[in-house]
Amino acid sequence: MLRLRRFGCLMGISLAFALVGQAESAEVNLYTTREPGLIRPLLDAYTAKSGVTVNTVFVEKGLAERVAAEGARGNADVIMTVDIGNLIELVDRDLAQPVRSPVLEAAIPAPLRDGDGRWFALSMRARVLYADKALSDLNAATYESLAEPTWRGKICLRSGQHPYNTALIAAFLVRHGAEKTETWLRGVKANLARKAAGGDRDVARDIAADLCEIGLANSYYVGLMRSGRGGPDQQKWGEAIKVVLPTFEGGGTHVNVSGAVVAKHAPHREEAVKLLEYLVSDEAQALYAKTDFEYPVKAGVAVDPMLQALGPLTFDTTPLVEIARNRKAASLLADKVGFDN
Amino acid sequence: MTPARGLLYAASAMLAAVLLAPVLSLAVAAADGSGALWPHLAAYVLPQAIRDTFLLLAGVGILVIGLGTGTAWLVSAFAFPGRRLLDAALLLPLAVPTYVVAYAYLDLMHPLGPVQTGLRTLLGLRSPRDLSLPDLRSLPGCVLLLGFVLYPYVYLPTRALFLMRAGTLLEAARMLGAGPARTFFRVALPLARPAIVLGTGLALMEALNDVGAAEFLGVRTLTVQVYATWVNRSDLPGAAQIALVMLVGVVGLVALERLARGGRGYAGSGHRDRPTARRRLSGWRATLALTLGLTPVLLGFGLPAGYLVWATWQRLLGTGLPETLAAQALNTVFYASIATLVTVAMGLLVAASPHLLGRRSGSALIRAAGLGYAMPGTVLAVGLLAPLALLDNGLASLADAGLGWAPAVGLGTGAALVIAYTLRFLTISVGATEAGLARIPSTLPDAARVLGRGRFGTLLAVQIPLAWPAVLSGALLAFVDMAKELPVTLLLRPLNVETLSTHLYGEAARGTYEDGAASALLIVLTGLIPVALLLRLDRDAAPRQSRSDA
Repeated sequence: MLRLRRFGCLMGISLAFALVGQAESAEVNLYTTREPGLIRPLLDAYTAKSGVTVNTVFVEKGLAERVAAEGARGNADVIMTVDIGNLIELVDRDLAQPVRSPVLEAAIPAPLRDGDGRWFALSMRARVLYADKALSDLNAATYESLAEPTWRGKICLRSGQHPYNTALIAAFLVRHGAEKTETWLRGVKANLARKAAGGDRDVARDIAADLCEIGLANSYYVGLMRSGRGGPDQQKWGEAIKVVLPTFEGGGTHVNVSGAVVAKHAPHREEAVKLLEYLVSDEAQALYAKTDFEYPVKAGVAVDPMLQALGPLTFDTTPLVEIARNRKAASLLADKVGFDN
Repeated sequence: MTPARGLLYAASAMLAAVLLAPVLSLAVAAADGSGALWPHLAAYVLPQAIRDTFLLLAGVGILVIGLGTGTAWLVSAFAFPGRRLLDAALLLPLAVPTYVVAYAYLDLMHPLGPVQTGLRTLLGLRSPRDLSLPDLRSLPGCVLLLGFVLYPYVYLPTRALFLMRAGTLLEAARMLGAGPARTFFRVALPLARPAIVLGTGLALMEALNDVGAAEFLGVRTLTVQVYATWVNRSDLPGAAQIALVMLVGVVGLVALERLARGGRGYAGSGHRDRPTARRRLSGWRATLALTLGLTPVLLGFGLPAGYLVWATWQRLLGTGLPETLAAQALNTVFYASIATLVTVAMGLLVAASPHLLGRRSGSALIRAAGLGYAMPGTVLAVGLLAPLALLDNGLASLADAGLGWAPAVGLGTGAALVIAYTLRFLTISVGATEAGLARIPSTLPDAARVLGRGRFGTLLAVQIPLAWPAVLSGALLAFVDMAKELPVTLLLRPLNVETLSTHLYGEAARGTYEDGAASALLIVLTGLIPVALLLRLDRDAAPRQSRSDA
């Protein structure tokens, strides 16, 4: 009983602190599909600098539904997500509000933000080729060539319904049209060494285990694995592969983004814009590069040496909005060819 | 109608409305769509998804029935050294969420993992290429994994039935000359059918609604398709349509089972049966029995949990434990405890409703209570978004109208989480309470009624106290499920609240699930406490004689 009472006291005290704390300091509410582990360092740095408390909730599936349901009484100030499709969905469902900010406009190149300020990309990742170290002649690798029969039974990929692959298929659709994309996708499917499942890191692990020879995965995993941050096992997987930046034929490397919007009914609009402005500051962009191994959107901010070593990144110029508009078609196409079966 | 009775009806009607709310809101969402999705689904998705779902359920069903009844029979019909230990250990897999087991096994069984590496060393092979074992990332892999984790859902009720009810009948069979095999198949199994059906139903719904393990292992079930439609194509109406069709299927199957069972029940005969006298095993038979019994424990719990301990230890040496671990654990226990209390209270109301409201309205309420468990967690959570928002706005307008203050129970509050947990796991509490009430011989409440107690009074003074052990065991099972719960928590929890499972998921989602190993281990430990209580409860409730042997 005594313990219970003590527990009650503690709860009361911490509640009081929480209330007082809330009354005193400014705050901003962040709804995010980005995993807390990835953005926590950035947010902590922001709080340390500005004194603004960042309340967060990590929601993976259904973030847009939740914000929509919360409606005008909602708490969301900033909504942060990965994948251009998810970002544009927020705009399409009228959950974002336009923001005019000279800081944001100066920092983020025009193709990486909405002309009306309803969405902003904050970092970029490339869809790159992981390959067995023994393979040579990969420097001119293209996404198109993954369908060639020489790769039969040698490719590892995650689900064709994962947003990272959906966006790539959508980019292919924009470049080549439905018919050619379907043929390509069937070709890639025929080349798979195992079921399209698991995560991007499994591509490296399976290459290390000789289950396959090549695969596509996001660029930042290279840094996360090789830096040893995921433990010694993952370091071995990272070391076991070589990484090549593939391109579309006559184009560049497919890039996706993480980004954010200011929520339509943001209760702390000003704080929301300030947080976004911080996230494109030199300091935060450098953190994106250093802690998450992502490509900064802001020109002049250095890429992490581990990514630098992959060589210069030439972006594919397909407009992000076009890719987002085609993601449904891409997802249906992955169904049609039975990519995940 | 007395005021108390009026109140009861009002409460039940309100509860029924809450139970139906997510389904109605899904129906509204579904009606928003055009149905244009179906030709695509029929051509490219459904044939494969239905086949995979069917095979998954059939496989898991066979496995959980075989393992669940087999082990239950083993510990109730035989005496051998280690039986008491086995009796307890067989429940352990309940404590581990299926997605955690999937992560752990993929690490263990991967060509680079300890199992295959060890095998290669043993065989003197160098490259993983030289030893090609079947990939875990497959339908059979998923079936095995889910079967070995979910069998306790069958083991628990079946074992209780064997222990408490089967004594006289089994002895009669034996005295009439039936051997052990014949006794098992002709008497014990038919006797245990309601328990087996109940447990298998729960296990199959877990398997059907699982997304984590299935997605991770590349199995394209119908549930995974609901997610692909919703998340990847932003097609909530389409997803709601598939989800509703699935729900109709599940509800239909449950109804079919009830129909097939007909009116047959196995109500208690009035006196508590003697426990089965156990056949004593010795020598190699005893060793075999223990080995057989321990295999599912090892596969469903020992290996994955052992791996988690090891991974946590590695982390501890490397980077230390996350500072937020204690807060996560507190949140997990806090929300699960409150929701368990609510669930038990509602479970009592629902399970007693046939006694209070009459058979027809009562059984309708019981069926409605099963809806939340019959659909995937995220679907339930999405279905709750609109009703919760409605509640929010209603309360806000009340506040505006002059109250000046409204309780925060809507979206993004802890209350929403409690409501969602309750809806999801109510059926577990209802099922256990129902079974407990059914076990009470009708003479006892009848006597109370004759002596002048009303229905409600009888329930409070006689039936509930007698059914209390069953109610508690339902509560513990619900608590374990809530502590493990992921999708509902992920979507509905308040700002700044992480539970063990959401933290683990966050780490797993970015591919660093080793960082979440400590959280996973704590989920398992949190689950072990109620499982241990469950065992004690069970032992206390079991007739005294059973303690003396083995």
